[in-house]
Amino acid sequence: MKQKALFENNKKQLSFGARAKKDMMSNWPLYLIVLPVLAYYLFFFIFPASGLVIAFKDFTIKPKYSYLHNIVASDWVGLKYFKEFFGSVYFGRVLKNTIIISLSTLAAGFPIPILLAIMINEVKSNPYKRLVQTVTYLPHFISLVVVCGMVKTFTSDTGILSVFLSKMTGASPETMLNNKSLFVPIYVLSEVWQQAGWDSIIYLAAITAIDQDQYEAARIDGAGKLRQIWYVTLPGIVPTITIMLILAVGKMLNVGYEKIILLYNPMTKPTAEVISTYTYQRGLIERDWSYATAVGFFNSIINFGLVITANIISRKISDTSLW
Amino acid sequence: MKKKSLQSKSDTLVGIINAFILFSAMLICVYPMIYVLFASVSEPSQIIRNTDFIIKPLGFSMESYKSVLAYPMIGTGYKNTLIIMVIHMALSMLLTIAGGYFMSQKNLMWQKPITIIIVASMFFSGGIIPMYLTVRAIGITDTYLALVLPSAVNTFNLILMRTGFDGLPPSLHESAKIDGAGHMTVLFKICVPLIKPTLAVIALYYAVQIWNSWFYASIFIDNRKLYPLQLVLREILISNDTSSMTTAASMEDKEMISETIKYSSIIISTLPILCAYPFLQKYFVKGALVGAVKG
Repeated sequence: MKQKALFENNKKQLSFGARAKKDMMSNWPLYLIVLPVLAYYLFFFIFPASGLVIAFKDFTIKPKYSYLHNIVASDWVGLKYFKEFFGSVYFGRVLKNTIIISLSTLAAGFPIPILLAIMINEVKSNPYKRLVQTVTYLPHFISLVVVCGMVKTFTSDTGILSVFLSKMTGASPETMLNNKSLFVPIYVLSEVWQQAGWDSIIYLAAITAIDQDQYEAARIDGAGKLRQIWYVTLPGIVPTITIMLILAVGKMLNVGYEKIILLYNPMTKPTAEVISTYTYQRGLIERDWSYATAVGFFNSIINFGLVITANIISRKISDTSLW
Repeated sequence: MKKKSLQSKSDTLVGIINAFILFSAMLICVYPMIYVLFASVSEPSQIIRNTDFIIKPLGFSMESYKSVLAYPMIGTGYKNTLIIMVIHMALSMLLTIAGGYFMSQKNLMWQKPITIIIVASMFFSGGIIPMYLTVRAIGITDTYLALVLPSAVNTFNLILMRTGFDGLPPSLHESAKIDGAGHMTVLFKICVPLIKPTLAVIALYYAVQIWNSWFYASIFIDNRKLYPLQLVLREILISNDTSSMTTAASMEDKEMISETIKYSSIIISTLPILCAYPFLQKYFVKGALVGAVKG
């Protein structure tokens, strides 16, 4: 015991350099294998993140020079591009669209998986239960391009969905993706179609973890299925729901560009353009590098703030946090 | 007594309604794919006029499959996706194993700072523009590397891997070290075989990610010979660019075939996943749970 304490003491007395040397001597194979991983994060996380500096500069690509030289040689403009973005008509528009799309996705995409999980759990026959799970998880694995391709085909003016809806309403069938007031519903519904089954997995697992005695007790008290769901199942998964909700809110302004780029067109842009697609449009299409980077930077900061806040709240309410 | 039987009756009713709603949910999930399948083998002239839900193919014709297979870009796309898949998978798995193992070694001096950098990338990123400029600066645009390197490590998968290694008892390392095994022997001979289920989950996640990705290809690849399958599909399905695919003479024929080509190309590109999926489902689900719990 005494010897061990002495040893600990000894370890503390070693200088930083000596400790680093010792660590390196005995663990160099581990550092060697992590080196390529570090290189990846250096090239594709640290470099791009440092590249955000061009949001404060007048960056242009001069083909003869290196990227680094182009960054260094460009003039500082301070917050010019941020001010330009905040002052433009696009700022309000893309912010509003981002919020509307993410809130609608949350409103529909959050409760449905919970409902689905509860319903799947109520199925008594195991083969049927497995079938429902297999089939509802399936859309998650279909590629985004194919999903958007199907959406586009089914909602065209001769598409089955479009024609079906026109029969219901009596209006003539239209190409729904050209109607700007239909973009958000199409986006949200296709999202729910693709993810609801998959998102139900976590709730299903939480339900499975509920103590079966509680159901037994409820049954003895005369509670039917619906009451059991209301008084046992739901309270049992409230912690999971809370955490998932907090995480979802944390990701709220993080509306991805991939699906919107596949689905939108000039006619629907007024309701479909979100911050991330606007960055894409201004940067990769119009090559307005500094301006687009400023817009992207703004988005990253907001997202970062939301995730951190969500995580702090999550940690306060429960033990679960992201780190 | 009476109350109880009433209760069980209403429970049965709830059960029936429940089963019925779930059946509808399944139908909604799977019908779009079934429609596409039926449409792809239908007579082009009939399917183009069809605006209704169908429950069987309208006529029967393999015309659209013939046209789509005769279109060289599908083959090119398939070939590119497979090449990328092999390189990407090998690299991703090696890096993820190395990184995950490193992160799970708590007694290393630099474990913490390195882990912090890696985890930070989940919360903050430079965004798409600096990423594009970086890849351009490295000089790998218009090569397979542009579709491999920028997405080589998925941080979420890396954390999953670390969780896998974390689950192994620490005594394992100690006893192996006492036996004189080096770090690499411990990692590849002892630890990796023990976390095979985790490896399977992560490999599947990477495979799906690689198979489905199109965006980086759309910004990093100009050379059509290097297009992955999903980018070819985007041309066919989203940009409606099928004119070059048919040899049909009349405008009408062209339009007809381009409509059914959409369906057959969806089937051809989604078939591998649909066939493999039922067998692999349990692995995916396992990963989803570990990921959700451990984040």
